[in-house]
Amino acid sequence: MSPPNTDSEEGSVSGGNVAATLEFREATKRYPGQDEPAVDHLSLEVPAGEICVFVGPSGCGKTTAMRMVNRMIDITEGDILLDGTSVRERRPAELRRQIGYAIQQIGLFPHLTIADNIATVPKLLGWPKDRIDSRVDELLELVSLDPHETRSRYPAQLSGGQRQRVGVARALAVDPPLMLMDEPFGAIDPINRERLQNEFLRLQQEIRKTVVFVTHDIDEAIKMGDKIAVLQKGGTLAQFASPAELLAYPKGKFVEDFVGADRALKRLALQRVRDVDLWKAPLAREGEPVQGLRAKISDADIDIPLLVDDAGRPQGWLSKRAMSGERVTKDLRSPAHPVVELDDILRDALSDLLESEAQYGPVVDEHGRVQGVLSLEVLAHALQIPPDQVPSGADAAPAH
Amino acid sequence: MLLAQIQFEQRKGDTCESENGFCPSWIGDNFERYVDPFWQHVFLTVTAVVLGFVIAFALALLAHRKRWLIPPISVTSQVLYGIPSVALFLLLLPATGRGNTTALIALVSYTLVFVFVNVSTGLDGVPEDSIDAARGMGLTENQLLWRVEVPLALPEIFAGLRIATTTTVGLAALAFFAGAGGLGEPIYRDIGFKSNVAVAGGLCVLLAAVLDLAILHAQRMLTPWRRATP
Amino acid sequence: MAEGHPLSATLQLASFVGEFADALDFLFHERESVSGQTEIGGSELFHLTGNHLALSAASVGLAALIAVPLGLVLGHYGKGEFAAINASNVGRAIPTLVLLAVFVAYLGIGFVPIMLSLALLALPPILTNTYVGTRQVERDSVDAARGMGMTDAQLISRVELPLALPIIFAGVRVAGINVVATATIAPLGSVDSLGTPIIAANVYGRDGRLGAAIAVTVLTLALSAGLAALQRAVTPRGLKLAPTRSRRHRLLTPLRRRAEATP
Ligand SMILES: Nc1ncnc2c1ncn2[C@@H]1O[C@H](COP(=O)(O)OP(=O)(O)OP(=O)(O)O)[C@@H](O)[C@H]1O
Ligand SMILES: [Mg+2]
Repeated sequence: MSPPNTDSEEGSVSGGNVAATLEFREATKRYPGQDEPAVDHLSLEVPAGEICVFVGPSGCGKTTAMRMVNRMIDITEGDILLDGTSVRERRPAELRRQIGYAIQQIGLFPHLTIADNIATVPKLLGWPKDRIDSRVDELLELVSLDPHETRSRYPAQLSGGQRQRVGVARALAVDPPLMLMDEPFGAIDPINRERLQNEFLRLQQEIRKTVVFVTHDIDEAIKMGDKIAVLQKGGTLAQFASPAELLAYPKGKFVEDFVGADRALKRLALQRVRDVDLWKAPLAREGEPVQGLRAKISDADIDIPLLVDDAGRPQGWLSKRAMSGERVTKDLRSPAHPVVELDDILRDALSDLLESEAQYGPVVDEHGRVQGVLSLEVLAHALQIPPDQVPSGADAAPAH
Repeated sequence: MLLAQIQFEQRKGDTCESENGFCPSWIGDNFERYVDPFWQHVFLTVTAVVLGFVIAFALALLAHRKRWLIPPISVTSQVLYGIPSVALFLLLLPATGRGNTTALIALVSYTLVFVFVNVSTGLDGVPEDSIDAARGMGLTENQLLWRVEVPLALPEIFAGLRIATTTTVGLAALAFFAGAGGLGEPIYRDIGFKSNVAVAGGLCVLLAAVLDLAILHAQRMLTPWRRATP
Repeated sequence: MAEGHPLSATLQLASFVGEFADALDFLFHERESVSGQTEIGGSELFHLTGNHLALSAASVGLAALIAVPLGLVLGHYGKGEFAAINASNVGRAIPTLVLLAVFVAYLGIGFVPIMLSLALLALPPILTNTYVGTRQVERDSVDAARGMGMTDAQLISRVELPLALPIIFAGVRVAGINVVATATIAPLGSVDSLGTPIIAANVYGRDGRLGAAIAVTVLTLALSAGLAALQRAVTPRGLKLAPTRSRRHRLLTPLRRRAEATP
C-alpha cells in the first residue's frame, strides 16, 4: 500500500478525492455576428464538492456557460476561476484533461472498445498500462456495469443507458476535481433516467466532485442540485439558490412560472418522512389494560389507538369496542393502511395517503416498527419549514 | 528488354513546329483537322450516354420493385467497372469488329454502371416519411414512383448522369483503339507535339465542361426546390 | 460473306475462339516478335507486369502521400470544402489520355513524367474521400475528444483518421483502379507496362495485343478485389457493428463511392 497521499493528484475512487471550487465572474459570451450575448455577466460560486445545476428554457445559454469553463468556448468578457486560477491562463488541452466532460450525445468513439474509450484521458496522460486496466475495471463497477462483460465490447453493442454510464465513467477516468455534464441523461427514457439519476447521486456521495450539471428539466434540477442557477433568455441569471429556497421563494414571475404552479408539491419531493415532526400515536397491544391505554391516548397527538404486534409492527386502528372491557381486544375499525416508511419522500407519502382516502397513516422504520404517524396536517406543516433547513436532493440520496 | 516503339513525327525546318513550341499560327492553319474527330467524339459521347441512361434507368426502376435483381446487377457492374476501357475495346474487337458498334457497346456499359448505381441509391434514399405520407394520401404504387420517389431522387440521378457524361468524354478519347475515331486519335498520332495535344486535349476538356454545365442547368430547372450542388 | 448465313456464323465463331486461343498462347509461351528480332510473350510478361505495378504503386503512393495528410488537415479544420469536394469532378473532366499527353508533350517521355501524370490522376479521389471521410466523423465524438483535452494532432490521429480509414481506402481503391487502367497507355511515354503489346502492335502483332488486353483485365480485377478486401480489413471492428445502414444499402455503397472517379 502506498502512502495515502501519492494517489490523490489523479486519485482513486475511494482515496483522497480533491474537488475544486468554481467561480464565474461576470462571465460573458457574445457569439460573432450576434447582438445579444448568449451568456450575460454571469456571476456565481460553486463550493467544492457540490452539484450546481444550470437550468432554463432552450437557448438561454446553459450549454454556452458550461462550455466556457473548459474553454470549449472562449470567454468574451469576464472570467472563470477554477480553484482561484483563471481558466484563461491555462492551456486548453491541459485544462480539459483535468475536467470531466459528459454530454447528452455521449460522443463515444465507435472504433474503440469500451475499455479504450474510458482509457482515453489516462492514455493521454501516459498512465502505465496496468494502472489503466485496473482503473477501467474500477470505473465500470462504479457505474454498475460488469467489467468482465463490458470491457471489450464496442459502443454499438450497448444500450443507450449503458452507453450513458460509459460516458460518465469516461468523464470520471482520471478522477477530475470538476465534472461538466450537459444534459447527460436527456436522451434516456424516464425509468432509466430516474435510475441513472439515483445512481449518480449515490456515486456523488462517494466521490464528492464539484459538478456543473446542465438540464432544461426543472424536476431534474431540483433532484440533482445542491444549488440551482436559473438562466433566462439572453443568458442572464434569474436566480441562484438551493432547490428548497427556489421553490419557497421564487424570484420574479419568470422563475415562478418556470418552477411551475405545483412548487409546493415539488418541495415535498425534497423532504423525507424522517425529516419532519411526526405525530405521536397511542400504541396498543392486545391484552394490555385499557386503563393504561387511555393514559397513552391523552398523551398522544391522535385519539385513535394503533394496535401493534409484539415486534411493534402496526396491525390496525382500534375501534371503541376494543376498549370496552378490562383489557384491549383485537377489535379493529380499519386496517393500518397505508404504511409509510421513514425513508419515503413526502410527496410519495402524500400520494399514498390520498390514494387510500386516509387522513393519516403509521410510519415504520426499516424493521417495520411504528415510529409515529404521518398526517395531512404534518405534511402541510412541513411546507412551513424554512428552506435553509430543507436538505437538497443531492444530499438526500435514496437509500437503495 | 523491349521499349515500346513510339514514332514521333518529324517536322523539318526552322519553324515553331519544328521546335515543338506552342504555335497559334499552326493551330489556325490546321484546325479543320480536328473538326471531324470532334464531331465523332460528340456523337460517341451523346449516343452512349443517352442509350446507357435509358437502359440503366429502366433497369434501376425494375430492380427497385424486384429487389433480388440488385445483387447480380451490382456484381456485374463492379466487374465491368474493374475492366480498363482500352482492354474492353480490344476484347470486343474479335466479336464486333472495328468501328462505332464496338466503341458504343463499351461506352454504354460504363454509363450503365454509373447511372444504375446512382438511380438505385437515389430511390433508396427517399425518406420513409415521404413515402409513408404519400401512401397515406392514397397514391398508387405507380403514382408514388413518378410523383414522389423519382422527383426526390433527381439530385442523385443527375449526379450519376454527370459522372457518366464526363467519364464517357474521357473514355471516348480512347475509342480509337476500337477504330471509332474521336479526339484521341490525333493525340495518339502525335503525342509529343505540344500544339496538337493542346488543341485536341483542350477540345476534350471543353466538351466535358459544356456537357456537364448543360446537365447542371437542366437539373436546376427540374429541381427548383433544391439548389443543386455543383 | 452473307449476313445471317449459318455457315458464316459458324466461321465467325471459330475465328473468334481462335483469336482468343492465340492470345492465350501468347500469354503462356514465348515467341519471336513480328519482325523476328526479339523474344516476346510468355515470361516477358512478368517483366511488363512488374513494371506496370511498380509504376502504378509509385503513382498512387505519391498521390496518397500528398492527398491523405492534406485531406485530413482540410477536413479537420473544415477548410477548403469546395476545392476538396470538386477535385474529383474536375479530375474526371480531364480525360486520362489528355492528362498523359500533356505531361509527355510538355515534360517529355520517361518514368518520371508518366508517374507524375498518373499521380495527378490518383490525387482527386483520394483527396475528396479523405476530406469527406474526416468530415463525416460524428461531431459528438469530436466534441467529446476535444472536451477530454485532445490536441488537434491527437484528435486527427486517434479519432478522425481511424474513423475515416474505410472511406479513405475507398478513394485509394478508385485511384488504384484508375491508375492501373491508365498505366496501360504508359508506353505512349516510352515506359514499359502491360500496355506495351497494345501500343507497339507492330512488334507484338494481334495476338500480343489481345493477350495483353486479357492480362490487363485480369490484373485490374484482381487488384480491385484485393483493394476491396483491404478496405474491409482497415474498417474498425466497432464500425462494422454499428447498425446504421440497411443491408440493401450496404450492398450499393462501395459502388457508389467508387462512382466518384473514372474507370
Ligand atoms: N456556435 C454558435 N454560434 C452562434 N450562436 C450560437 C452558437 N451556439 C449557441 N448559439 C446561440 O447562443 C444561445 C445559447 O445557446 P446554448 O446552446 O448555450 O443554449 P442552451 O441553453 O444550451 O439551449 P438548449 O437547452 O436548447 O441546449 C442560443 O441563442 C444559440 O442560438
Ligand atoms: Mg444545450
